[in-house]
Amino acid sequence: MLKTLRLVIHRDLLLALRRRADVANSLLFFVIVVSLFPFGVGPEANLLRAIAPGVLWVAALLASMLALARMFAADYADGTLEQMLLAPAPLSIVVLGKIIAHWLLTGLPLVVLSPLLALQFDMPRDAIGVLVASLALGTPVLSLIGAIGAALTLGVRGAGVLTALLVLPLYIPVLILGAGAVDAAAAGLDPGAHLMLLAALLLFAATCALWPVAAALRIAVE
Amino acid sequence: MQIKLCTPRQTLIHLTFSRPENGILGVHESGHAPCTPRNAFRAGLKHMLEGIDLECVRGERALFRSLSFSLEPGALLRVAGANGSGKTSLLRIVCGLTPPARGEVRWEGASIRALKEDYSRRLVYIGHANALKDDLTARENLLISSALAGLEETAAHASEALERFGVGGCAMLPARVLSQGQRRRVALARLALSAAFPLWVLDEPFTALDARAVEDLQALLAGHLARGGSVMLTTHQEVAIAAANVRRLDL
Repeated sequence: MLKTLRLVIHRDLLLALRRRADVANSLLFFVIVVSLFPFGVGPEANLLRAIAPGVLWVAALLASMLALARMFAADYADGTLEQMLLAPAPLSIVVLGKIIAHWLLTGLPLVVLSPLLALQFDMPRDAIGVLVASLALGTPVLSLIGAIGAALTLGVRGAGVLTALLVLPLYIPVLILGAGAVDAAAAGLDPGAHLMLLAALLLFAATCALWPVAAALRIAVE
Repeated sequence: MQIKLCTPRQTLIHLTFSRPENGILGVHESGHAPCTPRNAFRAGLKHMLEGIDLECVRGERALFRSLSFSLEPGALLRVAGANGSGKTSLLRIVCGLTPPARGEVRWEGASIRALKEDYSRRLVYIGHANALKDDLTARENLLISSALAGLEETAAHASEALERFGVGGCAMLPARVLSQGQRRRVALARLALSAAFPLWVLDEPFTALDARAVEDLQALLAGHLARGGSVMLTTHQEVAIAAANVRRLDL
């Protein structure tokens, strides 16, 4: 089973390596959206500091959602998904591998890049640390929940909009907790509770999301 | 009670357990037969694929009703019928990708819905779609698809399999630049590595192949049947596999 997990992750990373533009897309989107805000709202430091957590988190959420369409669509179109369904390893392991690869390609770069972007907003150093921690805990949840939406809308026309409609309500708790943690840290409060709740969400999503994704993929391939 | 065992030295031993009067379990060895992983399925359990009273509904229309068939070791079942008669649907039902509207598919007497992954370990399905990734090379595609099926093949084995299908020269080329026929050959090269899987289900395997590739594939199929494997395929052309148990199922 671990072998299959490693294989799927390796395969998706290899494919991304051959198609770097796809990965750069969502990352560039994140950088551009975040960088536009200081220009749009003006250089007032207090205001920028106040909106920073929300802006960074919303941009990360949208960037992560932007990449959802690619999660299963290509495998579905070229018949690879059928082969994955017929593999002797449980489908949820394959799904887990695909979600981990998706996070490594779209979530992890956001986490790494966020401190740099936070500097544009003059965020205090403590808050930057919390921002990185909250994104590190939150973006995997986004990938896990997003996978359900991507699998459910597989092969449907206008899948992108439908995925957004399905997934956004479920993203809201993650957004509130993630931005809330950074807000709390910036205000000198303890962000521990927010981060714990985010970690709890991550555990919950990691245990509960795989099964519906696998079921949705089975239905899509029928 | 009779049990068949494969020993590490790859001999098949038939053990007969008897319960004598004194209550001590007696074990008698009754026969030896060569047993390698490649022909373990032939020597071990006698596999048999059965479709029982299958019905397939697409949209509002029933494609076929009360369809039954069986496929024993060493037999090839060719599914024939007009376009849209449900050939592909039948193969997908046999693979377990689509549940039938009625009836069930059994493998060695057990429903494939109950067997799940145990059934997947016996099955190779090559569908209409070649399941190739455009950005990966032919060899990477083959290695990944066979690894996904649970095989541990080396790059040398994969190259050999590609060579066998006349696409050895394309091994390091990305699938994107291959022609339709070459892509089909790369997809079919997986069969050359799949001798350990008793059941091959192939959807239009001869499409886009040239005369030589058709011969290569038929030779490979004949070899699989001779080993005691089973093949179920759809095709519009006659299958010329000599001396094999070839049957035809008309939809």
